[in-house]
Amino acid sequence: MLEKRIIAILQDIVGKEYVSTEQADRICYSYDATQQQFNPDVVVRPADAEQISLILKMANAEKIPVYPRGAASGFTGGSVPIKGGIALVLTRLNRILRIDQDNLIAEVEPGVITATLQKAVEEVGLFYPPDPASLKFSTLGGNVAECAGGPRCVKYGVTKDYVLGMEVVTPQGDIIRTGGETMKGVVGYDLTKLMVGCEGTLGVITKIILKLIPKPEAKKTMLVMFDSIDGAAQAVSSIIRGKIIPTTLEFMDATALACVRQNADLDIPDAARAVLIIEVDGERELLERQAARIMDIASPLGVVHTRVAVSDEESEQIWQVRRSVSPSLRKVNPDKYNEDICVPRSKLPDMIRAIEAISKRLEIPIVNFGHAGDGNIHVNIMVNRAIEGHEEKAETAIRDIFAKTLELGGTMSGEHGVGTSKAPYIPMELDVATIAYMKAIKRALDPNNILNPGKIFLEDQ
Amino acid sequence: MSKHQEIEAYRQQLRECVKCGTCRAHCPVFKEVQSEAVVARGKISLAQALLDGKIDLDRHLLSDISQCLACGRCVKDCPNQVPTDEIILALRRRIGREKGLTLFGRGVSTVLQRPWLMNLLTRLGRMFSWLAFRKVPQGSGLRLRFPAPYISRDRTIPAIAPQAFRQSHPEFIAGDPDKPLVTFFTGCMINYMLPEIGDSVLAALQSLGANILIPKDQGCCGLPALCAGDGAGAARLADRNLDALTAHKADVIITACASCHSGLTKHFRSLGPDHAQLADKVMDIHEFLLQQGFVEKLEQLPRRNNPQPVAYHVPCHLRQAGLKEAPRQLLAALPSVRLVEMKNADSCCGLGGTFSVYHYDISKKLGALKAEGIRDSEAEVVATACPGCIMQLQDTLNHAGLPQQVCHVLEMVAADLKNAEPQ
Ligand SMILES: Cc1cc2nc3c(=O)[nH]c(=O)nc-3n(C[C@H](O)[C@H](O)[C@H](O)COP(=O)(O)OP(=O)(O)OC[C@H]3O[C@@H](n4cnc5c(N)ncnc54)[C@H](O)[C@@H]3O)c2cc1C
Ligand code: SF4
Ligand code: SF4
Repeated sequence: MLEKRIIAILQDIVGKEYVSTEQADRICYSYDATQQQFNPDVVVRPADAEQISLILKMANAEKIPVYPRGAASGFTGGSVPIKGGIALVLTRLNRILRIDQDNLIAEVEPGVITATLQKAVEEVGLFYPPDPASLKFSTLGGNVAECAGGPRCVKYGVTKDYVLGMEVVTPQGDIIRTGGETMKGVVGYDLTKLMVGCEGTLGVITKIILKLIPKPEAKKTMLVMFDSIDGAAQAVSSIIRGKIIPTTLEFMDATALACVRQNADLDIPDAARAVLIIEVDGERELLERQAARIMDIASPLGVVHTRVAVSDEESEQIWQVRRSVSPSLRKVNPDKYNEDICVPRSKLPDMIRAIEAISKRLEIPIVNFGHAGDGNIHVNIMVNRAIEGHEEKAETAIRDIFAKTLELGGTMSGEHGVGTSKAPYIPMELDVATIAYMKAIKRALDPNNILNPGKIFLEDQ
Repeated sequence: MSKHQEIEAYRQQLRECVKCGTCRAHCPVFKEVQSEAVVARGKISLAQALLDGKIDLDRHLLSDISQCLACGRCVKDCPNQVPTDEIILALRRRIGREKGLTLFGRGVSTVLQRPWLMNLLTRLGRMFSWLAFRKVPQGSGLRLRFPAPYISRDRTIPAIAPQAFRQSHPEFIAGDPDKPLVTFFTGCMINYMLPEIGDSVLAALQSLGANILIPKDQGCCGLPALCAGDGAGAARLADRNLDALTAHKADVIITACASCHSGLTKHFRSLGPDHAQLADKVMDIHEFLLQQGFVEKLEQLPRRNNPQPVAYHVPCHLRQAGLKEAPRQLLAALPSVRLVEMKNADSCCGLGGTFSVYHYDISKKLGALKAEGIRDSEAEVVATACPGCIMQLQDTLNHAGLPQQVCHVLEMVAADLKNAEPQ
């Protein structure tokens, strides 16, 4: 528990009503979407960079851990206060500061909800592409800190491709600026890229300057059904090899389809063992041609049925099938371990085959879906913790899957980050010297290890 | 005897919350308050902590649990359909039992359980309302002259009706013998405050030739007591309505109040097989009229020049029951109506049972969101399907100084039926 004196200082900085040590609040700011729970000692909701600077200076002097928190929709425990201390809730910083239509940029505070910005810029004919499935509730600060991705990233890139500059409060309480609002800029180190994906361990982001692009005129959504997962995976590699980059290239395997078949508004025949959701966008006249070329490539690979949406409503129905997968997985088994490995796109068929083999060998269902166009697979290891041995099998499966991913030149996480969930596996992917280099940066910037301690690196690594 | 489930019975459903945070995008209270403790994910965590003995029913927790409109958005949009609204009501019942009801909650329950008291109070209220209230200068409604417990001074409320609806109508109104026997469950708002809605319902039903029963012994649907945490009171009301409504073998039981509909369906289904059986007979009036082919009937009425622009507000309780489009379909078929869209048509009016009494400030903010949508629309009239929403929306428009009128969809239906009659 923190001393009364500390609470009084915090109240002085942000105002009494924005500091809480009530048990109810400590419980409500203890978790994220991993469902791990660690109560903070105090919940603080600052209003601006100056207040955050004062909080961090105090936390440094008193050596109190500080855990930045957006919407807590993270999948790897990034915002969970595993050592107690201060839960630093950033949702009051929620203003869109400007949308500059002359330069196609937006300046926002980190607590702005992703979808809120997207709606605002689309109203003036602009577009902010990164679209994590959590976009209706995740914050842009959280997106930047995790470098979030989404279906549209095949064509448009991930969050880091849209961040031009930031205002950041350093772990020691200084307010700094990285990058700027120009499309180019090479003065000094690229601190912007360093901050993107730092999972709140190197600074608290208080302003973000984002690049916008013109909103595409039209889009076309197709649901292509294959008789085997292998066919679908090969179609992905072939489309990419054919030098076509669709907007999205999502896939779902047979188990994922089984979970949603019943509730879907669309008819998905039993013969379909895997599907791809392919969307193309751009000028209306070009869409037909793009779609036709994609179908030419896919058709020989075992397509059993294709649906092309002719209205926004039908396109929405197709997407609904994809979005309902993750939540419906409980039908397979009550507990899931979800990983988001990413492999070079040409290796997708190999990776899928390897996962199928691991699932067979360990006799536990593994459901695959995700952003195939990026080589990013959401691997869901479905277990029942009540059954003896399941937990161990899941551990084995995770290790085997990571090992294969790395062997194919991939990475353990495409977009969810490391947090606490993947920290134990980091040495599988990064060598000793690389980890030491990263830790040296963290130590130099945060000598007292007060900002989001216990994340990315295990203490004894 | 009916019986509510204890909070313990929800243990498994509590576990099904995967803490994804989706509810943060949908809870109207969270949008205003921005504290995790008021969103479904937070409330579920608090319920779990309570069951695990990690938190006590302290003042702070009570306040968090009270911040819910029971609008059901969190349930509908939750990937695992965790019944947060039911869980919150179960928590409130536990609180009511262990900590006692608040003064207001006690008042609500006492009065609504005793129709004679309600009748007496409304009679007194009518006699003395000039003393307690003054008329709102612009707009419609009354405002308190001096402070009173639990009613915010700047809240406006409708006048009390000169005579309660059920007192001014016979218990049975015969129609065409071949036509169905319909029981009309009026609810308190229609009975005591807005009887003209009841008259409109009768007009619509009579135009179908229905035989209408308005049981004298019916009471409050129980939702206000339930929201106030008075489980026992709500259960008593339910039993009493069960008796009153099953005494006659009606084909269908009609409600014209979205909240009463929820009280007699969703709430009844949680009370045991007898209540559930009754719930199966309950239909919202709009749903019933659609089923009876009313749209075709309305479309045959002579068209009118310059139909009035009307927007429709979706009551949360119809949204939750999957009936939000039925009133819109009726409106669209009316000869004197030009249905127009408004922004935030789907957003909550902010009443939420007893919510607006305890949290009038938040309630007003939700109202302001509605006012914005109404202001920016072409509508001259806002029609809706719930007397509670009507009261709240009128209060909202009074505050915003907007000229639009609020009414029930059935009032517009009845007016057009009347217009079409040979003069
Ligand atoms: C249903 C669901 C679907 C999802 N789909 C996707 C998806 O498609 N793609 C994807 O990439 N992710 C997805 N996610 C994961 C998650 O939504 C993203 O990681 C998102 O970016 C997290 O944002 P947040 O605001 O919830 O951040 P939080 O979870 O609160 O925090 C995440 C991390 O960011 C840090 N942080 C937050 N704000 C700041 C700040 N201002 N300054 C510094 N550090 C900060 C925190 O300390 C933490 O380490 C999904 C999650 C859910 C529950
Ligand atoms: S949407 Fe449902 S599962 Fe997700 S956090 Fe809210 S209540 Fe829990
Ligand atoms: S019922 Fe409505 S107000 Fe209550 S928690 Fe759910 S969404 Fe929020």
